[in-house]
Amino acid sequence: MPIIRLENVTHNYGDGTPLCVSAIKNINIEIEEGELVGIIGHTGSGKSTLIQHLNGLLSPTQGRVWIDGEDIWQNKKNIRSVRFKVGLCFQYPEYQLFEETVFKDIAFGPKNMKLSEEEIKQRVLEAAEFVGLTPELLEKSPFDLSGGEKRRAAIAGVMAMKPKILVLDEPTAGLDPRGKESILKLILRYKEATGATVLLVTHNMEDVARIATKILVMNRAQVLMYDTVKNVFAHSEELEKIGLTVPQITRVCRELKKRGLDLDESIYTVEDACAALLPLLKKGVG
Amino acid sequence: MRDLTIGQYYPGQSLLHKTDPRVKIILTLVFIFIIFFCKNFFSLGLMVAALLAGVLLSRVPLKMMLKSMRAITFIIIITALLNLFYSTGGKVLVSFKFFKITDTGVYTAIFVAVRIMALIVGSTLLTYTTTPTMLTDAIERLLKPLKLFHVPVHTLAMMMTLALRFIPTLMEEIDKIMNAQKARGADLESGGLMQRAKALVPILIPLFVSSFRRAYELAFAMECRCYTGGEGRTRMKQMKLKGLDSVLIVGCAVLLGGVIALNIFFKAFNVG
Repeated sequence: MPIIRLENVTHNYGDGTPLCVSAIKNINIEIEEGELVGIIGHTGSGKSTLIQHLNGLLSPTQGRVWIDGEDIWQNKKNIRSVRFKVGLCFQYPEYQLFEETVFKDIAFGPKNMKLSEEEIKQRVLEAAEFVGLTPELLEKSPFDLSGGEKRRAAIAGVMAMKPKILVLDEPTAGLDPRGKESILKLILRYKEATGATVLLVTHNMEDVARIATKILVMNRAQVLMYDTVKNVFAHSEELEKIGLTVPQITRVCRELKKRGLDLDESIYTVEDACAALLPLLKKGVG
Repeated sequence: MRDLTIGQYYPGQSLLHKTDPRVKIILTLVFIFIIFFCKNFFSLGLMVAALLAGVLLSRVPLKMMLKSMRAITFIIIITALLNLFYSTGGKVLVSFKFFKITDTGVYTAIFVAVRIMALIVGSTLLTYTTTPTMLTDAIERLLKPLKLFHVPVHTLAMMMTLALRFIPTLMEEIDKIMNAQKARGADLESGGLMQRAKALVPILIPLFVSSFRRAYELAFAMECRCYTGGEGRTRMKQMKLKGLDSVLIVGCAVLLGGVIALNIFFKAFNVG
């Protein structure tokens, strides 16, 4: 059974007015448990609207959203419990950090779940360790943290709810390469430790290539592709047509192939490229 | 919250949109003055006709105009009812215990209701055809003489412009903050008064923090472009009186004359 199932989901902004726009249209998708899905698409393609349907921040104008086999709008009063199951972390940590200390801020989610003090403390410490925030940092004000630390504190705030599905909106945007790498690593660590399903909205193809198992491509309010990373990047020309790129190494391989090398076009990691190129080099072709 | 309009400007290219905002502000004030000057249905009728002409000229849909009226329907009804029951004199039409409705009462009630509606439509016409920025610019120019009394006119106008500019931005930000906190299970919809007030804390703190950050950034950006206050500043869009503006001014003067004439001519029909 898929853990996320969207059935004909459409969402209109300004419904019933002349300014009505469909942000997403007839979305049908099934995501299996344990996947790490990269959601890509250029600005305005409906990515943000899509992910806000997963935890019930937005309700579909039409269609149904099933999480873990349950229609989340079946019982409207229970929508808050869906948010504990589907943890959504937005791009800007500035919009959610508010407490006196980082510790208290991470505890906000678990507190809303009405857990015991003991349990809350344990979860906060656990989440902080996942994202690599030291105990000294936990006693600081969240406003005194650096950009990367704030981002990690915000992610910890969502992880502390132990969601079965973790949705991250551009978690690496605006970070330096080292900050980026550490965020990607902690996402992988979290997924391995908890077996959670992870959805990652991003503009960065290298990130997707590095950690995702599947890619969902959004274009003009609709799902253009949902497939394995290899299969999606094999359609590099189609992606470029809608204004997206493929990882650098994929482009390199494609060009090499055009010049007569016998290479697979859908290579998307440097390791795979090395493995494919080395034998060719040894043979002395090119 | 997404489609909230501030200052309710209705974009357009009509003659009223092109009129100098200073002229529009002054004429709106004059217009309000004339409406209070009307003494009978004939002079008020002239003003209503002029108003309708103005609405047609502005090409703002009538529906939008009526929308602005909805908010004050209650006030109009209350005022009309008060006038209906408390006017004395004239023929008694209905009498019920200590309530009495006279024909003077009916006339006064209608007269007052029409007057309030005319006032509202007149002033909304100004805000529908003038952007908030243009309004503050014009107010700044009109209040310039106050500089002699050391009133910081430019600074006040700049503050007003910035405040207006940032209302939609802040609205958007509140939306985002609320979503971020709701995603962590914040409960904003239930509980008693105290609980609800407490639930606002996670929204207000990030909002204040980001407002201060924005203010700093804006101040830096302004300084980078050598902003030093109003002294010696010139404008990209100079406000100059054109032929169109003179026509409107003359039109208003004619209206005033017409109202006075009608007031005197139909003195016998004066209301109230």
